[in-house]
Amino acid sequence: MSNTSSPKKTAWSWRSQAFRGIIYQLLAIGAVVLAIWFLASNTMHNMQVRGIQSGFDFLGDPAGFDIGESLYPFDSSSPYWNAFLVGVLNTLRVAILGIILTTLIGTLIGVGRFSRNALVRGLCYGYVELFRNVPILLQLLMWYLLLTDALPFVTEALQVGHIFLAKGGLVFPKPIWEIGHLFGALGLVAGAILGVAYRRWGYRKFEQTGQLRSMFWVPVGIFVVAGVLGWAAAGAPADFDFPAKGDFSIEGGGALTPEFLAVLLGLTLYTAAFVAEVVRSGIQSVAHGQNEAAAALGLNPGHVMRLVTLPQALRVIIPPLTNQYLNLTKNSSLAVAIGYPDVVSIANTSLNQTGRAVEAIAIVMLVYLTTSLATSLFMNWYNARSAIKER
Amino acid sequence: MAMNENTAQTFQPIAARKAPTATEGPVAWVRINLFGDWTTALMTLLVGAVLLWMLPQVLSWAVFRAAWAPDYEACRVDGVGACWGVVAEKYRIIVLGRYPFEEQWRPVVATSLLLFMLVGSCTRAFWKLWVLPAWVAALVIYFTLMYGNVLGLEKVETDRWGGLPLTILLASLSMMLAFPIAMVVALGRRSNLPAIRTVCTVYVELVRGVPLISVLFMASFMFPLFMPVGFSIDVLVRVIIGITLFAAAYMAEVIRGGLQAIPKGQIEAAATLGLSYWQTQRKIVLPQALAMVVPSIMNNFISLFKDTSLVTIVSLYELTGALSLALNSDANWRPFKIEGYLFIALIYFAFCFSMSRYSIWVEKQANKGRMR
Repeated sequence: MSNTSSPKKTAWSWRSQAFRGIIYQLLAIGAVVLAIWFLASNTMHNMQVRGIQSGFDFLGDPAGFDIGESLYPFDSSSPYWNAFLVGVLNTLRVAILGIILTTLIGTLIGVGRFSRNALVRGLCYGYVELFRNVPILLQLLMWYLLLTDALPFVTEALQVGHIFLAKGGLVFPKPIWEIGHLFGALGLVAGAILGVAYRRWGYRKFEQTGQLRSMFWVPVGIFVVAGVLGWAAAGAPADFDFPAKGDFSIEGGGALTPEFLAVLLGLTLYTAAFVAEVVRSGIQSVAHGQNEAAAALGLNPGHVMRLVTLPQALRVIIPPLTNQYLNLTKNSSLAVAIGYPDVVSIANTSLNQTGRAVEAIAIVMLVYLTTSLATSLFMNWYNARSAIKER
Repeated sequence: MAMNENTAQTFQPIAARKAPTATEGPVAWVRINLFGDWTTALMTLLVGAVLLWMLPQVLSWAVFRAAWAPDYEACRVDGVGACWGVVAEKYRIIVLGRYPFEEQWRPVVATSLLLFMLVGSCTRAFWKLWVLPAWVAALVIYFTLMYGNVLGLEKVETDRWGGLPLTILLASLSMMLAFPIAMVVALGRRSNLPAIRTVCTVYVELVRGVPLISVLFMASFMFPLFMPVGFSIDVLVRVIIGITLFAAAYMAEVIRGGLQAIPKGQIEAAATLGLSYWQTQRKIVLPQALAMVVPSIMNNFISLFKDTSLVTIVSLYELTGALSLALNSDANWRPFKIEGYLFIALIYFAFCFSMSRYSIWVEKQANKGRMR
């Protein structure tokens, strides 16, 4: 690093930096290869001695255990790879929902720390300090205990409208799928295309004539109206599967298990504290003069926020925000502690049943590596889009 | 003008302006911060109402109706709030784990020594060279006290260590071991030699891509498979190795951030003076880079401290695990687990919050030179 003027011809002498570099690299590669060979040969030998079978062929065998919740039908005769798939889907479900919720809550709290109201400021500060200084595992355990212990039994479930909350989890009305919903969805798609087209047209007009049109509410209106029209055209189906209180359980409706709720709540509230700090530092990083200059140009406060402050704050916010998303996804692995069947928990069960530790842990690591890399690729793309444009 | 004719008219001052509204003092603070304009006032009323409704209930549960005596019958009476008796009854198991009861003075003394060294090392008075031998001596005393088997101390196997001492040991020891690894890896990632750069990058990205829990599973299930037959290491050591390798990857990224912030001119100037690569790093780059990243390293340490709670999943009884140990087997006290959780949450909070305050102080110290 200190010397960039490498000699033109590699001299075969210890005094040549290039030569030394080659030797160092060979040593490093050699050490790594040796270490891997050492570990691998030990593992092979140990497995032979202990009679442990290896290989991924067990993935085709029937799993032999049931999974509490899964997004698609699964029973104990399904093969292992199916069980792993259920686990991956459960992980992704809680991670994606968690990322969306934590972004909303975290942003609200981060912005709340700039409130003119001292009470709101203080509460947001208290929230951040309280939630980020207690381990996530402990928070998950506490939420799970609250949801399973402190809530009433199913027969005396708390009820708000058609939503029930009890030891068995949360039960809510679920719309009954009909073809009309598909029309509604198609309407939304058409609305989205129309909305984008309107925005394009609006920009062109603005550049030609200087007339400013509503760039947010009109496209949103087009989007919503198109969706409602599509739904209404198909006869406006609005049947819900309402849950009803039976003798021993609550029947019908959609349900969320206490495990899922605990993991989601714990991850969301914990990560929101970190996201709030990220948002706060991002907004603070925009120089005050920027706001004043924008106001001097006659932009209203909404425009100042949207056109001046946010684009600059986002540059600072996005890289650490990506880290928080990745942390949330990785922390979802702690679900194993409260029995939510995520991929780690499934791998753990499979490991205990088949004894294939190497394979099970390799699958877990592969799943998380893929998710992490995919998330960071997406966020890097978004980051590049919002990065400063320099000539 | 009319004034000249009417000589009898005396000078009439206009009415004095009202005194400017105070901008200091508690009344002014309340007016500006709580009732600045009508949205703020509305918000104050709303939030205040919710707080006024909730706080009495929380206080009544946690303080006024709480049962403080270590007596589980008293906790089961209807209308009793929090049962802090569970803490009064079980605090020794929660805080010290399964360490033999009569010997529990040993982890207390040893951990106090460790804490003294940790807190001391955070102050300016300790930032001297003699702190290194002092640390070595402290660690030797620590392990002698904890493990025993010499000087007439009873031997206590590591699987009986637990509670807060284990939490502090895991966090501080892994951090100390991770630091040199992280420094080498951070330098390696910025090296000119492609092979070394690749090895370091792959290591960092691989470790940062997987959750700590899978690293711990690996340390507890797969490590025995990796080693030659007949070679076995204590599970505590395996877990410390796992956490160290995990923490090192994160710390390496932090240190790399500091290295990147050093202007290139510094390195070029060092090269002009004829310093070698290692001399440049040791005398020019690292002192500046490390001073810059101390607050981030502190944050790393805080998250590591919290992450030690995961070792309970691989059956080491640190603070979180010790609580389950204390309450799961005791049907009388099991219903009051939430109070136990709140108690250890308070311990974690006290540690992490004071560390984050310290990190803010260090940041101010480090920036002093720039704030002339």
